[in-house]
Amino acid sequence: MTVAAIKEYVGVARDRVENFNGKQLVYASWDHHLLFAAPFLLYAAPQMSFRELVEGPLTALVQPDPDGASIDWAQVEWLKSNQPWTPDFDRSLADNGVGHKDQIRFRTPGLTSLAAA
Amino acid sequence: MDMKVAKKKLGLKEKYRLMTRDLGWEPSYRTKDEVFPYVKYEGIKVHDWDKWEDPFRLTMDAYWKYQAEKERKFYAIIDAHAQNNGHLNITDGRYLSALKVFLQAISPGEYAAHKGFSRVGREFPGVGTQVACQMQAIDEIRHAQTQIHALSNYNKYYNGFHAFADARDRMWYNTVARSFFDDAMSAGPFEFMIAIGFSFEYVLTNLLFVPFMSGAAYNGDMATVTFGFSAQSDEARHMTLGLECIKFMLEQDPDNLPIVQGWLDKWFWRGFRVLGLVSTMMDYMLPKRVMSWREAWEIYGVENGGALFKDLARYGIRPPKGWDDAEKSIDHMSHQFMLGLYQWSFGTSLHSWIPSDEDMDWLSAKYPTTFDKYYRPRWDHIRKLAAEGKQFKNFGLAKLCQTCQLPVVFTEPDDPTISCHRETTYKGEKYHFCSDGCQHVFENEPEKYIQAWLPMPALFAELDGDIGKWMDWVSLRDGQDNGDYVGSIDQRNFEQWRGLATSNS
Amino acid sequence: MSTVFIALQANEDTRPIIEAIEIDNPNATVNRQPAMVKIDAPNRLVIRKETIEEQIGRSFDLQELHINLITLGGNVSEDDDSLTLSWAE
Repeated sequence: MTVAAIKEYVGVARDRVENFNGKQLVYASWDHHLLFAAPFLLYAAPQMSFRELVEGPLTALVQPDPDGASIDWAQVEWLKSNQPWTPDFDRSLADNGVGHKDQIRFRTPGLTSLAAA
Repeated sequence: MDMKVAKKKLGLKEKYRLMTRDLGWEPSYRTKDEVFPYVKYEGIKVHDWDKWEDPFRLTMDAYWKYQAEKERKFYAIIDAHAQNNGHLNITDGRYLSALKVFLQAISPGEYAAHKGFSRVGREFPGVGTQVACQMQAIDEIRHAQTQIHALSNYNKYYNGFHAFADARDRMWYNTVARSFFDDAMSAGPFEFMIAIGFSFEYVLTNLLFVPFMSGAAYNGDMATVTFGFSAQSDEARHMTLGLECIKFMLEQDPDNLPIVQGWLDKWFWRGFRVLGLVSTMMDYMLPKRVMSWREAWEIYGVENGGALFKDLARYGIRPPKGWDDAEKSIDHMSHQFMLGLYQWSFGTSLHSWIPSDEDMDWLSAKYPTTFDKYYRPRWDHIRKLAAEGKQFKNFGLAKLCQTCQLPVVFTEPDDPTISCHRETTYKGEKYHFCSDGCQHVFENEPEKYIQAWLPMPALFAELDGDIGKWMDWVSLRDGQDNGDYVGSIDQRNFEQWRGLATSNS
Repeated sequence: MSTVFIALQANEDTRPIIEAIEIDNPNATVNRQPAMVKIDAPNRLVIRKETIEEQIGRSFDLQELHINLITLGGNVSEDDDSLTLSWAE
């Protein structure tokens, strides 16, 4: 549908990747671990390897959860855009197809310290 | 002999006719379309503007008289509040956070509504509508002014009030309200009326003003009760105007029904998201609570909203699309939002805190199916971290919804253990949403929402992620305005001054 | 059945108005909350000028209600003598 308007109405997308200083946004979410109130917003260069993203900011961010230290990243189940997905840890975000504003999710079956009582 | 003839007093209906419709005229040297150029493009068909009538039949002379009376009552109490150290009569300093949310998110919305009604009062051709919109425009600026004036008394003593306008425009938990009003103000006049006059005023303001203001009374804050009830007395008129306007559109032409229904679906959901803030104020920020958010929703959402949509069924209107999803979220939203405010409290111009045992017992009594099961374990863990000296701070920031702009703190309607993930691609760009409701709103007008200025992405796009610069830019004073209430300057001052006020030492 | 309601500030001005509403609407329920009184009724509630005047002992303009009105629910119909709130049956 279009916006009701008195003349042609065309918007300009504000959060285009070229506005992010050579970097991009990546959203990451740990399924069933809602101590973290919302998916994380990460700011990373597309050349960053997936391993750097995981072992750097992501590992640091999940530590407050009692399961944080127990994650075995090699066993994690991944989703991208809500579809099962297998990242290559040694390749870059770009090579892994992790684009600007992509949402990745990870699942850790068995880690349920703060799960529903 | 002179006979004294009593001057005939005009009846209400006659007076209304003389002082509204009779003030209008037919343009002679310009066409009606030239004079009112914005009234047709939304597709609403109106055949007879005179069919629109204010059921209260309030005319300008009476309006000024009663508004002046309301102002006199308001200032009598505000003066007394200032003269009697009213800021020390509140139940607890935690209560101030509710006032900060109100001043940052809601009062500027009143000002936005003022601008909007000034505009649509000019854009609508009907005189009855013009007069009612003019009154409402004046009401709304009165609300903004009285609220800011009342709360300025708190700004003399406490942090977090001083830069409410910057906080409103730039702060991540306030742009939900800003974007709501920006969206309405950039719509046509009829959609604006549905957005503000109907959805916001009729369906939602009761939830904002009535139980919360009664709560303010319960917490010893006469200043806020006074501006709240003074404003809400105008809202009763606004609600009636909103309801009349919707009935008028539906009665004028059957083609209007699908357009009106689409707006109702959109604006119910947008308003419901603004109420996320209110749910948290009611359940967490009032030290003494009148009723829970759930109880307020039962009265003003289920009972009153339900009655309204049952009434409108005679025109073919059905309850808004998001109604069932709203109901499913009621027992979760205040907890989800407060957990967010707490973990991101380094970036809020208000204080939050870990609920006490007593608070948690109250919450579990009010939310027997959700609080102990889902939320108490998180608070208990956060408390454990705090006891170990590791206050929980989530530096991951948050994914925001492209439509409502809130952090995606919401879960799947039928599975409270998992975040609600919704995304779409439009013209090669990815967009994320907090709910089906927000995704539908986007998909109906994508060209509008792709332009949204989202506060968290902006921190990276505009400031390259520099939190210090960001704090300056949102006028947040680190260590004063933000963080846990426990250990804050507000806490220290409130307790010290209250001690001085209640003892001689 | 749907509930109509009117909420008024709890003060000296409204005490006799609430009494008048109770007289005219035997089905109404009066809920007293902090600083406010909310009156609910099934489908219909009528506020009559004459009954209020009998309670307060002076003439009363129904539009004076605006000063202490907090909120209401229902379709409004007002003339010189009464204000009615109703939902379609």
